[in-house]
Amino acid sequence: MGIVTRGFGGRRPDPGRPLPPGQFLTQDFPVLSAGPTPDVEVDRWELVVTTEHGHVRRWSWGELMATPAEDVVTDIHCVTRWSKHDTRWRGVSVDVLLGDVETTGEFVLVHSYGGYTTNLPLADLLDGQAWIAFEYEGEPLEPVHGGPARLLVPHLYFWKSAKWVRGFEIHDVDEPGFWETYGYHGYGDPWLEQRYA
Amino acid sequence: MSASSQWHVATVVDAPRITRTARAVTLSVPGFSGALAGQHVDLRLTAADGYQAVRSYSLTAVGADERVDVLVDRVPGGEVSTYLVDDLRVGDQMEVRGPLGGYFVWRPDDAGAVLLVAGGSGLAPLLAMLRARRKIGSTAPFRLVYSVRTPDDVFFPDELDGGASDVEVALVFTRTTPARWPRPAARLGKDDLVAPGFDAADGPTVFVCGSTGFVETVAGLVTELGHDPARVRTERFGGA
Amino acid sequence: MATHDPAALDGNALAGQLAFLGSPDVTSLVLRCATCGRTDVVARVRAYVTAMGSVARCVACDAVLVVAVEQPGGTLVAMPGASWVARS
Repeated sequence: MGIVTRGFGGRRPDPGRPLPPGQFLTQDFPVLSAGPTPDVEVDRWELVVTTEHGHVRRWSWGELMATPAEDVVTDIHCVTRWSKHDTRWRGVSVDVLLGDVETTGEFVLVHSYGGYTTNLPLADLLDGQAWIAFEYEGEPLEPVHGGPARLLVPHLYFWKSAKWVRGFEIHDVDEPGFWETYGYHGYGDPWLEQRYA
Repeated sequence: MSASSQWHVATVVDAPRITRTARAVTLSVPGFSGALAGQHVDLRLTAADGYQAVRSYSLTAVGADERVDVLVDRVPGGEVSTYLVDDLRVGDQMEVRGPLGGYFVWRPDDAGAVLLVAGGSGLAPLLAMLRARRKIGSTAPFRLVYSVRTPDDVFFPDELDGGASDVEVALVFTRTTPARWPRPAARLGKDDLVAPGFDAADGPTVFVCGSTGFVETVAGLVTELGHDPARVRTERFGGA
Repeated sequence: MATHDPAALDGNALAGQLAFLGSPDVTSLVLRCATCGRTDVVARVRAYVTAMGSVARCVACDAVLVVAVEQPGGTLVAMPGASWVARS
């Protein structure tokens, strides 16, 4: 470590319970955007699931809203070293959305409005580990945080929780997403500190 | 690897508060040299537990090697600016990378007219240009239009006082004006940007610095006034 | 689409991350957008400077021109949307 700046960071709160290695607690919700915030109207919103065979399953906003949603309280961990405890979300489990999709593909490339992509194993979207979230702390999800709907995969670094989610492409092979192309880890487990490839 | 891409150790030698929310910070930085007016530096702060943050700050003065002068205005909730304004002490250390940027720069051998437009702490790099011009005795025509919310928010009012130099300074107050101020408080408009010798037909170089919203607005106004977009140079402030 | 965006800075802001590419000044280099053909100096692109990395986008069409990521092993710079870069 280089030069320490006396007193800098001294106002950060004590996490109270263990954080993943190299993480620091924040009470803010920092915004990290690699591009402009897209203006996504819910009446034109859709989530498109495409399988490795080219089969397509579409969900409209109305269909998403008509699907039973869950309240989720979880910690989130950004690769830029902030973590946030006990964030409250409401969303639809990805298990429900992929329930009737026939696939043997093992990898998903997540697409967003605005062009962002990120990749992760299909298994990490299933078994109660991932949601399409549309409320944060009891309010509709703000556009700057990914509204109207974002992916929430809190057990991985938060760049995998794609804002403005638009679709899942299921593949037999793992294709890198945006940050993964530029050196970030293909999986991104915060407890294993998988920041870079 | 050039010197401007390396991190240099910096020590605070002076940090007076200049408004309710801002401080002028002077750092001693061995190895730092050759800065041009308008350039910026990156400051890197490291906490005792290893956490690091990097922010860019414009230089407010150039010409003295191994010395870095910046102006820090507190951004509400901003972890770096809050620390620098509220907690920093003389003798504290951090790291500096720079000087950086060769585009938003005024060069002393340029004799052409210059229109400077600052919003709030966007004054910083334009102040370096004004100071560099004065230091070398340049006669290049300069005009500064400086938009602030209230009279208390003016940085370095004595230095900017028009009577003290041949640079015309137009203060634009957006919320409260001094007593008997001829212009009512209002957002900066086209009329504020028009002056003999600095109009589009005179072809001045236009430097605009401030928040992103301020810069977008002013860049739009000067384009509508007919200034050549190629002569309009902008720097948007991030912050935090 | 590529209009006012409070999150965006000027390409000037990339000077620190790109400084290692060499002197005199990377932000004065000219880029051509491979998507729409606009040419401009790096200093004038729309820059998204984040703690993950910096993304420079075309002011005309929002295409990603440059990505710079500082990693423990060094800085990576990609130019996925630039057809060329020139010194003017």
